[in-house]
Amino acid sequence: MEDLFVLVLRTFDAMLRVATPLIFCAMAGLFSERSGIVDIGLEGKMLAGAFAAGAIAAVTGNAWAALLVAVMVSMSLALVHGFASITHRGDQVISGVAINLSVAGLTVVLGNAWFRQGGQTPTLGAEARFMPITLPGVETIGAIPIFGTIYAESISGHSLLVYLALAAVPLTAWVVYKTRFGLRLRAVGENPAAVDTAGISVTWLRYRAVMICGALCGFAGTFLAIGQNASFVRDMSAGQGYIALAALIFGKWRPWTAFGACLIFGLLDAVAIRLQGVELPFIGEVPVQLIQALPYILTVVLLAGFIGRAVAPKAIGVPYVKER
Amino acid sequence: MSSYALKLTGINKAFGPVQANKDVYLAVAKGEIHGVIGENGAGKSTLMSILYGFYEADSGSIEVGGDAVRIRNSDDAIALGIGMVHQHFMLIDSFTVLENVMLGAESGPMLASSEVKAEAELLRLEQEYGLHVDLNAEVGGLPVGQQQRIEILKALYRGAEILILDEPTGVLTPQETDKLFEILQALKSQGVTILLITHKLREIMAVTDGVSVMRGGEMVAHRRTADTSTEELAELMVGRKVRLDVDKAAPHVGETLIQVDHLMVTDHRGVDRVKDVSFTVNAGEIVGVAGVSGNGQSELLQVLAGIDAPSKGRVVLVGVTATPESPGDPAQRRRHGVAHVPEDRHRLGLVGKFAAQETAILGYQATDAVNKGMFLDLDAVREQTEMMMAEFDVRPPDPSLKSANFSGGNQQKLILAREMTKAPKVLLVGQPTRGVDIGAIEFIHKQLVSMREAGCAVLLVSVELDEILTLSDRILVMCAGELVGEVPIEEADERTIGLMMTGVPREEAANAAAPAPASQEGEARV
Repeated sequence: MEDLFVLVLRTFDAMLRVATPLIFCAMAGLFSERSGIVDIGLEGKMLAGAFAAGAIAAVTGNAWAALLVAVMVSMSLALVHGFASITHRGDQVISGVAINLSVAGLTVVLGNAWFRQGGQTPTLGAEARFMPITLPGVETIGAIPIFGTIYAESISGHSLLVYLALAAVPLTAWVVYKTRFGLRLRAVGENPAAVDTAGISVTWLRYRAVMICGALCGFAGTFLAIGQNASFVRDMSAGQGYIALAALIFGKWRPWTAFGACLIFGLLDAVAIRLQGVELPFIGEVPVQLIQALPYILTVVLLAGFIGRAVAPKAIGVPYVKER
Repeated sequence: MSSYALKLTGINKAFGPVQANKDVYLAVAKGEIHGVIGENGAGKSTLMSILYGFYEADSGSIEVGGDAVRIRNSDDAIALGIGMVHQHFMLIDSFTVLENVMLGAESGPMLASSEVKAEAELLRLEQEYGLHVDLNAEVGGLPVGQQQRIEILKALYRGAEILILDEPTGVLTPQETDKLFEILQALKSQGVTILLITHKLREIMAVTDGVSVMRGGEMVAHRRTADTSTEELAELMVGRKVRLDVDKAAPHVGETLIQVDHLMVTDHRGVDRVKDVSFTVNAGEIVGVAGVSGNGQSELLQVLAGIDAPSKGRVVLVGVTATPESPGDPAQRRRHGVAHVPEDRHRLGLVGKFAAQETAILGYQATDAVNKGMFLDLDAVREQTEMMMAEFDVRPPDPSLKSANFSGGNQQKLILAREMTKAPKVLLVGQPTRGVDIGAIEFIHKQLVSMREAGCAVLLVSVELDEILTLSDRILVMCAGELVGEVPIEEADERTIGLMMTGVPREEAANAAAPAPASQEGEARV
């Protein structure tokens, strides 16, 4: 019984870690898509952020500098997306896919050119990474039965970026629902003409939304390269940007529900890791490939059948052109 | 200090080769209700867009309250106290009334404090002008009349002293229109200057103090409303004499060609759109279906045309029976002499990217008249299109021009030509004059009457009550999917029908409408 409890807690612990990039990306996508800009390029921006973080951490040995540059790189990609889709009213999906494809290629090329390790960045020491931090009072609180164990096993001992991801959710909810910027953001995704006639610049509002989106993707990438891992590895985002987008849609473009969706996907992943090599009653050992595919299969099932109709922001994907 | 709230001088604006505004002059005195009328494309909307900062004029000057100003964007206009109620409401459906009003005029970066301030101010405005709306209701669920009030509140909340209303009555019932005019009078008495953009002459006569007429981008006349008449204004708008009423002989009613029995239509969400509707239409008469848009008329028309299937009941058209089991299809209807002019011509009537001659045979593309063996006979198509264009006065008469490049009126005339020249036994018509100029309306109305004279059974669905009253021999009124009642044209008047459109049974409506002024009879209906 005690063992099972610890097992559950460890799975929960893994879930938080796995869900962190999803949460950052889902919140990033929320800002962009609520403003009416489809962002399929979460994946690419996160990967670019991861590469920047890995490279800068390797060169400077400073995790904070790595984070800063990752955010800047990701934001500049967001601006490229904005330039194509807001200023030039291009197709938002094509622009996003273009970013994904070029980043997947560029990171490997640049990585090879700079570090000559097959597209990987050098492995980092602890000082150049965001290492797990022990929350205060683990010693004393940890002694308390049950709650203490939860605190020590699951809640404490994560990278700073995990806590930032958890903080990003209420912060996003607050910005979107309680501030003037949030009201306008929601409005511009529903009916940009109404925002325009209210004397607010649609262009500037959408640019701000995609910049926030870029910044958050930079955090996600940083976590991948120097939080969860100790270097950048080619294609390390592994489709998590798309999963985050799925979580956003699954969560109907709302911060807390999208967060919940991220946790579900994180949990599936964490369980998949746990299940590898484990003999299940009646089934026997489940093939690794099937387990690894599980989160993706469930994503498809959940998206196809269980959420009903997700009501997207009305003006999503439609470039704004003044009438007449 | 000028007594003009607003003065525009020498306004010019061109879009490429099109001169949308030519040396336009407009002066509006403080606290008056001033109408601006003109046909579609006369330049009214461009002028108002210049005033509201959507566009900047190429040349010319604008004075607000006697000071020369420059309006570069909506922000400038709002700061000068100019408010606009757009034809298509600029509202966010998923927001509450309060949020919609606040948007863009929040008092600080946090919403909570803005809400408190806006709520207090709005309650004051509601009191002062009698504009009652529930501030916490979600806008998407409110009737259009209420949504329009929100637009007016939005403008007032931003401190508007000059209020521009663009075609404000297009979506309103007659009762809602009356209520709107009351509100406008209340605003006027508080010193608000109002610019009313419309193509409905009766509204100009009913509510304005002065009126300016635009035609072809120019301002052609300024009149005091008291010194002019609908006839004069119509003539100024079109540039020639216009007959506003339609001559028709007494109907020669023949056999029953449309029979609808206990028809029910349920949409894919399970909502009943048409509820137990029964009626007949006979050869040689026009039966009008009146109702506020979205009360089941569209669904009724689509079932009759074979586009949708009935859920219960049946319809019989020229001997073809459509039931839930065998609903038929539009091609089957056409083969039996049922022609359909759809309500939404862009969605169902034509393909914008097709040449006019292709639009002119849509639905009839498989008939022998335009085919030679397995190929289209393009020479015949062109020839027939040219004939239709000549007969129905479609301009420009160019069969190879893209359908989308014709004006609304000419698109509609082409569709009418397509359907009418097949000598149908039944003609189903939806919104025949939506977005059509007054000159073309006159023509279309004549054509519909000529179909009736030729012994065709015509079912006319329109949200324009004037049109229904002008053309119909009998009027069916629909509300919330049900048939509220039937009124023969001799006993029909606008107020009764208007009340019935809100679901009031005929007896009650007739009583309530009794004190209506007797002058309605003989008044021009446009």
